[in-house]
Amino acid sequence: MSKVLVVTSGKGGVGKTTTTAAMGAALAQAGEKVVVVDFDVGLRNLDLVMGAERRVVFDLINVVHGVAKLPQALIRDKRLENLCLLPASQTKDKDALTEDGVGRVIHELRKTFDWVICDSPAGIERGAMLAMRYADEAIIVTNPEVSSVRDSDRIIGMLDSKTVRAENGERVEKHILITRYDAGRAARGEMLSIEDVLEILATPLLGIVPESQDVLRASNVGCPVTLNSPASAPARAYHDAMRRLLGEDVEMQIPSERKGLMNLLLGRRAA
Amino acid sequence: MSVLRLFTGRTASAPVARERLQILLAHERSLRGHPDLLMQLREEILAVVSRHVVLDPDKVIVRMDRGKHVSTLEVDIELPNGADRAFASAG
Repeated sequence: MSKVLVVTSGKGGVGKTTTTAAMGAALAQAGEKVVVVDFDVGLRNLDLVMGAERRVVFDLINVVHGVAKLPQALIRDKRLENLCLLPASQTKDKDALTEDGVGRVIHELRKTFDWVICDSPAGIERGAMLAMRYADEAIIVTNPEVSSVRDSDRIIGMLDSKTVRAENGERVEKHILITRYDAGRAARGEMLSIEDVLEILATPLLGIVPESQDVLRASNVGCPVTLNSPASAPARAYHDAMRRLLGEDVEMQIPSERKGLMNLLLGRRAA
Repeated sequence: MSVLRLFTGRTASAPVARERLQILLAHERSLRGHPDLLMQLREEILAVVSRHVVLDPDKVIVRMDRGKHVSTLEVDIELPNGADRAFASAG
């Protein structure tokens, strides 16, 4: 059974594209057939984060408009053969996407892939609406910070009302993924706690990804963090999240602050 | 920074990022005037080939690799059997 998963957030810069690439690669490594689809028309970046930016010929809009066939537009990942990318257009504007057109493309992708992961643009405009429109499941990427949590709440409301599943009286299965979590700042009470975020959003938690240089390094070289540095804390967090998405019961690890030398010498407690 | 790298054994990723961006942006800027250049090239190449042989548009694969100094546009056209004879009669 294929699943359509939207990675969304409302707010920009929280880590949707990083999450799409990392989860897509992790699922593909687990043997699933995965396609990641960029819905950010006009401002595509998933190709860059996946390291496929030099190989883009056709895009989602070309397929929607029938200019290219789906197999011609799909870019196969060079590292994982069961991972594909369908890029967004960089030149057209977002009105070029139609609901029926997107529906046809998703329907066709479902025949080939186990997972169709839709990377939503920020905002609540047309692109974001269409990215979530046909979703079975949703990952809401949230930073432990007031504006991100507020926007996530708004997006949750849209997932419960504007999707095909919602209109048919079904539910989109929703998961919160907390990213850019800084254990030190959380311990000092400078950042919303995980309990606060979950209580406010009343949605189950899929994982907690710590703020890390490994994420920046991975996007610099164009490789999903789960492939680029698999032993790093964010890669392990994404890997655990992937297993939970597949229905496994994986114990939740709350990232803890690494004790600095000064803290150790002064005998301070970190968390 | 280089001393730090000696200890950590890591090479910096920022230079890789800079080079990737330079190549990508050079291409995107040059295409700003005519964004559909690639599409137009494909259409015209196919028009010329199909003047001589019957081809199936689904059997045409266009690949691109944008490099720093040169880019390659690879057009892979699968010709049906008997196409070579069509070539001979056309030529």
